[in-house]
Amino acid sequence: MLAVKTGKQIEFSAEALEKASQIISRYPEGRQKSALLPLLHLTQNELGGYLSVEAMDYVARMLHIQPIEVYEVATFYSMFNLQPVGRYMLEVCHTGPCAIRKGEWLVKYLEEKLGIKSGGTTPDGLFTLKEVECLAACGYAPMMQIGERYYEFLDTPEKVDQLLNELRSKMAQSN
Amino acid sequence: MKILLDKVNVAGINSLDVYRANGGYASVEKALRKMTPAEIIEEVKKSGLRGRGGAGFPTGMKWSFLDKKSGRPRYLVVNADESEPGTFKDRYLMEHIPHLLIEGIIASCFALESNLAFIYVRGEFKWIINILWKAIGEARDAGLLGKNILGTGFDLDIVVHPGGGAYICGEETALLESLEGKRGNPRLKPPFPAVVGLYGMPTVVNNVESIAAVPWIVLNSGDAYSKIGTPKSAGTKLISACGNINKPGVYEIELGLPVEEFIFSDEWCGGIANGKRMKAVVAGGSSVPILPTELILKTANGEKRLMSYESLQDGGFLTGTMLGSGGFIVYDENQCIVRNTWNFTRFYHHESCGQCSPCREGTGWMERILHKLENGHGSMSDIELLWDVQKKIEGNTICPLGDAAAWPVASAIRHFRDEFEWHVTNPKEAMERNFGIREKIEVAV
Repeated sequence: MLAVKTGKQIEFSAEALEKASQIISRYPEGRQKSALLPLLHLTQNELGGYLSVEAMDYVARMLHIQPIEVYEVATFYSMFNLQPVGRYMLEVCHTGPCAIRKGEWLVKYLEEKLGIKSGGTTPDGLFTLKEVECLAACGYAPMMQIGERYYEFLDTPEKVDQLLNELRSKMAQSN
Repeated sequence: MKILLDKVNVAGINSLDVYRANGGYASVEKALRKMTPAEIIEEVKKSGLRGRGGAGFPTGMKWSFLDKKSGRPRYLVVNADESEPGTFKDRYLMEHIPHLLIEGIIASCFALESNLAFIYVRGEFKWIINILWKAIGEARDAGLLGKNILGTGFDLDIVVHPGGGAYICGEETALLESLEGKRGNPRLKPPFPAVVGLYGMPTVVNNVESIAAVPWIVLNSGDAYSKIGTPKSAGTKLISACGNINKPGVYEIELGLPVEEFIFSDEWCGGIANGKRMKAVVAGGSSVPILPTELILKTANGEKRLMSYESLQDGGFLTGTMLGSGGFIVYDENQCIVRNTWNFTRFYHHESCGQCSPCREGTGWMERILHKLENGHGSMSDIELLWDVQKKIEGNTICPLGDAAAWPVASAIRHFRDEFEWHVTNPKEAMERNFGIREKIEVAV
């Protein structure tokens, strides 16, 4: 499903612009398109966790490439969200080695606990639950990724509850 | 014997100072000051080091294919896209001893006469990307990277590049496409990256663990390395052990260790968890054939199976498997092979880039048939159909993802056909046995 059109003008903060130009400068002269993946990560982080059409067009202008070159890449890679997501994405690994060590239980428990199905977002917009393929944490199963961190050995309800509570209070503090 | 992780428990080894105080970067000093590029390549060839990403291609030979004559820029690209289910070894190495990788890159680039290297790290490893940038910064401040390294006139920069979440980018030509800012669609080979690689330039793509072995080889010689392990499987290998064992984790083993010892010794996996019996093992990442207990512990000829390229391959695909990436998954007696095969096939279906019809369509077909069988809706002819579909994927795709998707299915049917048949003859039990799946059942076909 291709992205959302927001009709909003995209503008990076000065700090984000600085980061972007630093990323672009890493690649050899004339090979600036290489910066596309890191720039999409930066953009997604800056603009609320997902990529709208306008956000992708903005990246295209930064790199002097056609918008389609950004869309085709953003739709290929699983880390880019083309729809709005909750404040915290709970990305639970459901691949083989995790699945045989309570990975399936973890998905089910989170569904019950949050009252949503895998793929859904809680009504308060706090959590999106997503099942993902192998995150290279097979020995530390069951696990999930939230933002830039891995949370591993989540094999009891207590551990999961504690983590969710921590995230909730973190959110409450930042409001 | 450990050569990669021997100092991993030294406090602060992730910092340059501690790393150097423990002998780190000695290979850079030796390579840049006392050796020629050709001499280093010769040592790596003599070492017998084979690519640690999964394919096991001799690293020195790969290096010798690099086109240096045309005078175009050459690149080293380190494959840190670690995504093969069961594999989490490169992550461990980069996280705990990042300077070993940086040191290996410098020595390797000097040998390859390359002035720019990339580390392509899977995007989910955000904290590792930060660790690597920090290590690169420290090395640069110490004059180990940048212009005129150690006053020798050799220049080198390293760029850490995040992936976007795509298993296929672990395939070297897909990785190069991705690094160029495109979709990760594998390229036709030939031409090989050694001639036409990144930006069309001569490029070597090596796994993290392969590059991390180079400093030891430079310091101790290729001959010394070749004496570790077995004649055909030189050196040590990182094995990431997971599944139903007591001690999951990353272990550095000398190649040739008996499989039985690796699984049951307290030094390694510590045996099967919860007092259960072992049922099967996937020895080298999800792509390699699954073997039942009797065949993983002993070859068909009754010889002790060893953790080496040749011993795991003994018997071909009929009774053997592969060392692969070192992703070692152990299954206890409670695990369902049909369910595991469905799970893996779902993975390959999700990760197929969609370029080749046999893989794009075939992985979906296999997933749907397996889903049907697993949930008690299958028939005996579905098992034959599944066999037929995997056979038609294997060997008919641009890149090895097709094979990687076909092999687990073929081996599961080959060694555990009775379990597939049981699912057909006992549909009610097949459904009830699966914890948590009932609510999710959608009859897919």
